[in-house]
Amino acid sequence: MEENIVLQASHICKSFHDPVKVKILDDITFSIKKGEFVAVVGKSGCGKSTLLYILSTMDTDYEGDLLIGGEVMRGRSEKQLARVRNEKIGFVFQFHYLLAEFTVIENVMLPGLKLAAFTEEQVKTRALDRLGQLGIRQLAEKKANQLSGGEKQRVAIARALINDPSIIMCDEPTGNLDKKNSLVVFDIFKKLAEEHQQTLLVVTHDEEFAKNTQRIIEMEDGRIIRQ
Amino acid sequence: MNPLLILRISKSLLLARWKQTLVAAIGVTFSITMFIALLSFMAGLNELLDGLMLNRTAHVRLYNEIKPNPLQPVNASSGFMHSYNFIRSVKSGSNRLEVYNSGAIIQALKKDRRVSGLAPKITAPVFFNDGAVDITGVITGVDEQAEGKLFHFNEYVVGGNPSDLENVSGSIILGSGLAAKLMAGLGDVVHVTTVNGTHFPLRVVGFYQSGILELDKVQSYASIATTQKILGKPVDYITEIQVKLYDMNQAPAVAREYARLFATDAEDIQTANAQFETGSFVRTLISYAVGITLLIVAGFGIYNILNMMIYEKMDSIAILKATGFSGSDVNLIFMVIALGIGIFGGALGLLFGFLLSLAIDQIPFVTASLPAVKTYPIDYNPVFYFIGSSFSIFTTWLAGWAPARKAGRIDPVVIIRGK
Repeated sequence: MEENIVLQASHICKSFHDPVKVKILDDITFSIKKGEFVAVVGKSGCGKSTLLYILSTMDTDYEGDLLIGGEVMRGRSEKQLARVRNEKIGFVFQFHYLLAEFTVIENVMLPGLKLAAFTEEQVKTRALDRLGQLGIRQLAEKKANQLSGGEKQRVAIARALINDPSIIMCDEPTGNLDKKNSLVVFDIFKKLAEEHQQTLLVVTHDEEFAKNTQRIIEMEDGRIIRQ
Repeated sequence: MNPLLILRISKSLLLARWKQTLVAAIGVTFSITMFIALLSFMAGLNELLDGLMLNRTAHVRLYNEIKPNPLQPVNASSGFMHSYNFIRSVKSGSNRLEVYNSGAIIQALKKDRRVSGLAPKITAPVFFNDGAVDITGVITGVDEQAEGKLFHFNEYVVGGNPSDLENVSGSIILGSGLAAKLMAGLGDVVHVTTVNGTHFPLRVVGFYQSGILELDKVQSYASIATTQKILGKPVDYITEIQVKLYDMNQAPAVAREYARLFATDAEDIQTANAQFETGSFVRTLISYAVGITLLIVAGFGIYNILNMMIYEKMDSIAILKATGFSGSDVNLIFMVIALGIGIFGGALGLLFGFLLSLAIDQIPFVTASLPAVKTYPIDYNPVFYFIGSSFSIFTTWLAGWAPARKAGRIDPVVIIRGK
């Protein structure tokens, strides 16, 4: 296996059994190298979100194999998978999903504190760095629910970056943003990929967004039709 | 696992909805407060009522009862050895009320290590002469010092000085009801006639109030020597020896032993007052039942609030899980929230319970039957506080268990996809 493959999916299938067996994903096989900026596109209901949840280890009900950093994810305990998510995967969702009870800086710090690879001071410094990198350092002490949509999404990106994950997964990151903010977010992703060799996997139905990425995986009816 | 981090997240979630938290905590506080106050009051009351009886009752009484001799001659006769003998109207023999050989018995009792103290007693039925009318009464001859030490005699003397019983010769302490009937004041002389017809003047040096009205109308006290003089008996005449033990529970065994050893009648406190312990036990049981019911109700309150909180925090739980918190972490967070409410509410409850007990302790409670008691009785037993705090933690733990488990099992995919 090549050293620089971050994520590999081989023959992943998934079906829903209720009320009748419906195949959602059919024999999905692809791999992502380090530093790649990949967009998964497809119509609504083609299974791209389902695939993302499987790739993110949150959904464990599938057939086939998933390797993250060369390690097989099948058969791991819920605790071990949580650790993998914490350490190796960063998340950005369509709905920004910040913890309203915490300040921006605390939101960003939480996964870092959970990983506990650094002291709290170091985590804080790193969090401020990430916020600064995304141009929202001045928001650090604000409550998460006082921010605008675009700002929230940038905070979510900062949070995804806190543990230097090997891959960042995004589910419609611009789906809920206006044109201007979408551009800002896209620029951030582009910069991360190009300047920091950050691997990115973005599920989107935003054609324009997808066009500007390095690689497009197109899905239809649970299959990859082009990559 | 990082306990500090879990604690921090729990704290933030708790404080974010502090009003809700407060309502849940107030539930616990209220129930613990009532639990403490109720039990302290009940125990105080029990102690008072028990004391009313136990303080004045000997653990073992040695006396001679006038009764027919169980060994009737017919039973000894060889001719009727194997028959059932029915004898009716057997009369008591000429046995005396006196405890035989009382001096030696007292010496022996004083050497017994189980005995904490003893008090001799003489009961003398007399008539109090009130002009043309004779009022029946009882003079009990007591050793004032021993009686005071063992049976709190002094607490029931409401007027005069109990030690005058020994210091003033021919003195008497009258029951308050009796004194009212005789219209006798301190220093007055009352006249008594014994069963044998002897006439005797006695000086009133105090009044006695037991709280039992009927008793106070007939009861009066004199010293052992005075009583012996009234009855015309020698100095070793004693009708009863009251014994207090270090361990009350040994009383039945000790009573049996003494009855055999000294050839007298011996009665233990458990036999004499069997119904009393039952009353105390039932009262305690009821107060615990009420207290624990209160706590369980508070537990349901916490359960509801935690359940609601979990529904509200679905998104937060999903994001915590997505960013690397495991199910057990989330479970722990909600457990800490539940226990936080329990500990906070419980601690306040202990404080308020103590304050409420103090307040009850200040309420005047004056009753003729209890001269020594001025306010409602409270028992500040640390055991109640211990039970209260551990039970508040236990209830909240139980109330938090199911919701926390549910939170731990939430599938983040379902939440995120559900949007």
